[in-house]
Amino acid sequence: MIREGSVFRYGDNVDTDVIIPARYLNTSDAKELASHCMEDIDSDFVKNVREGDIIVAGRNFGCGSSREHAPLAIKTAGVSCVIATSFARIFYRNSINIGLPILECEEASREIKAGDKVKVDFTSGKITDLTSGKEYQAEPFPPFMQDLINAGGLAAYMKENY
Amino acid sequence: MNMTEKILAHGAGLSEVHPGQLIMANLDMVLGNDITSPVAIREFPKFGKSHVFDKNKVALVPDHFVPNKDIKAAEQCACVRAFAKSEEIKNYFEVGRMGIEHALLPEKGLVSAGDIVIGADSHTCTYGALGAFSTGVGSTDMACGMATGKAWFKVPETIKVHLTGKLGKYVTGKDVILTLIGKIGVDGALYKSIEFSGPGVGELSMDDRFTISNMAIEAGGKAGIFPVDEKTLEYLKEAGAKEPKVFVADEDASYCQVIDMDLSDVELTVSYPHLPENTHAVKDSSSISIDQVVIGSCTNGRISDMRAAAEILKGRKVAEGVRCIIIPATQKIWKEAMDEGLFNIFIDAGAVVSTPTCGPCLGGYMGILAEGERCVSTTNRNFVGRMGHVKSEVYLASPYTAAASAVTGHITDPKDLEEVDR
Repeated sequence: MIREGSVFRYGDNVDTDVIIPARYLNTSDAKELASHCMEDIDSDFVKNVREGDIIVAGRNFGCGSSREHAPLAIKTAGVSCVIATSFARIFYRNSINIGLPILECEEASREIKAGDKVKVDFTSGKITDLTSGKEYQAEPFPPFMQDLINAGGLAAYMKENY
Repeated sequence: MNMTEKILAHGAGLSEVHPGQLIMANLDMVLGNDITSPVAIREFPKFGKSHVFDKNKVALVPDHFVPNKDIKAAEQCACVRAFAKSEEIKNYFEVGRMGIEHALLPEKGLVSAGDIVIGADSHTCTYGALGAFSTGVGSTDMACGMATGKAWFKVPETIKVHLTGKLGKYVTGKDVILTLIGKIGVDGALYKSIEFSGPGVGELSMDDRFTISNMAIEAGGKAGIFPVDEKTLEYLKEAGAKEPKVFVADEDASYCQVIDMDLSDVELTVSYPHLPENTHAVKDSSSISIDQVVIGSCTNGRISDMRAAAEILKGRKVAEGVRCIIIPATQKIWKEAMDEGLFNIFIDAGAVVSTPTCGPCLGGYMGILAEGERCVSTTNRNFVGRMGHVKSEVYLASPYTAAASAVTGHITDPKDLEEVDR
């Protein structure tokens, strides 16, 4: 699977409260959640994001709450992939479980600039910055995680295996 | 093996496990609240099971936006209530019998030592205080747990925190965990378990341990586990928990990092906005004026926290221009505080006492901050916009520090109050 989009850049420790503030958690409607995605750190995000765009951030992306509403809001807003140096563990699990592609790559997280056009190959983990012409290789998923993704998420995997 | 590995190996039916290994573990309890359960209930049918795996091993605790704060919150609670009824969930806790989930489950004896617990709430790591492996997950994992009684885990590496010494006056578990987070950072334990050990453990009350385990997630941790001692066993017995499974770390257990911490050196600590790792000494923070104080939450809403607040507020007044909101975490704690006369102290001081709710901690309701306002809070997070306006600020501290700050209107070391009184 290959996706291409423009980059939105954020720093370290982007927490779930800014991805989707709790004041909107009185609903679990994905479209409504997406309409408030990132608004406390980037009020223009929802207005500017286009289908396929990519978020690039630093360390510990998605720290804080266990709310699955966070990856769901990002996915529903049209984001095709989040690239970060590292992810908070619950956000990591949730993203895999709901099918939001995430990639860990420190070099890419450091160098890719806001607004760059980036191409991501999820099968190989290859990240290409089309603006700078530079290529990066993300950490591969462990085989079990790959099985989960290939099965189409946790529910499908568990149904097949348990 | 260390404690984390022993508990996970037992739960996965394996003789041993190693960090990095992926395992499928059997669950002793699956927890959800009014925010996360509706999503899990929506996902539940996708797992192809007609009913929950065990109606005694699912706990549904509407606590975040209850008593219902608005119509949408009411609809979410109605969804959880209907599911609990149709699935005959034994551990569903309605308003009037509920409490903040992580104070409630231990109090009701629903978690025992050696258990494996997942909860669709990040502070599920609280039960590490009881010698359990418990960790926060999302709603899909919760749905999976309810349907199959299982969860996948990557066996984490473990950090050992070796505790010695004894806490000083007014210094609590909150100051210990804030100090630790300040030291290792908000991702210092990312993907890892934290195990506490050493002679200092025995000096900590169960409430101190709950507070410490509760905030392991604020260092990115998967769990924050205490060894089981006499205090643990007494607590479990009193709560009516099932027979504890006591796992003790081997002498030669391996850890990825060892941190020595002398409890005698821990100072009264406050975390400045907007990260829990941004720690400072309370005594160096007196120039910061405040508008609100919140004493409560899954971190610090227990009876000893109420007593600490009362010790400070007794015979004193909340400063002019400060709102002081006190929230006992469960109905039992509420009644105990009432019976002990603590509410008289709070009300006479000019504080307000709320029914149990997570409310203000996550900016839900019951104490939202306006632009530019500052709050000293005994809660667990001080992220941007956490308690209200994007330009409001939350300072995390213990109940002693929070109550002392309410009295003066600025961040205050409780030891300095005697000076103020004179």
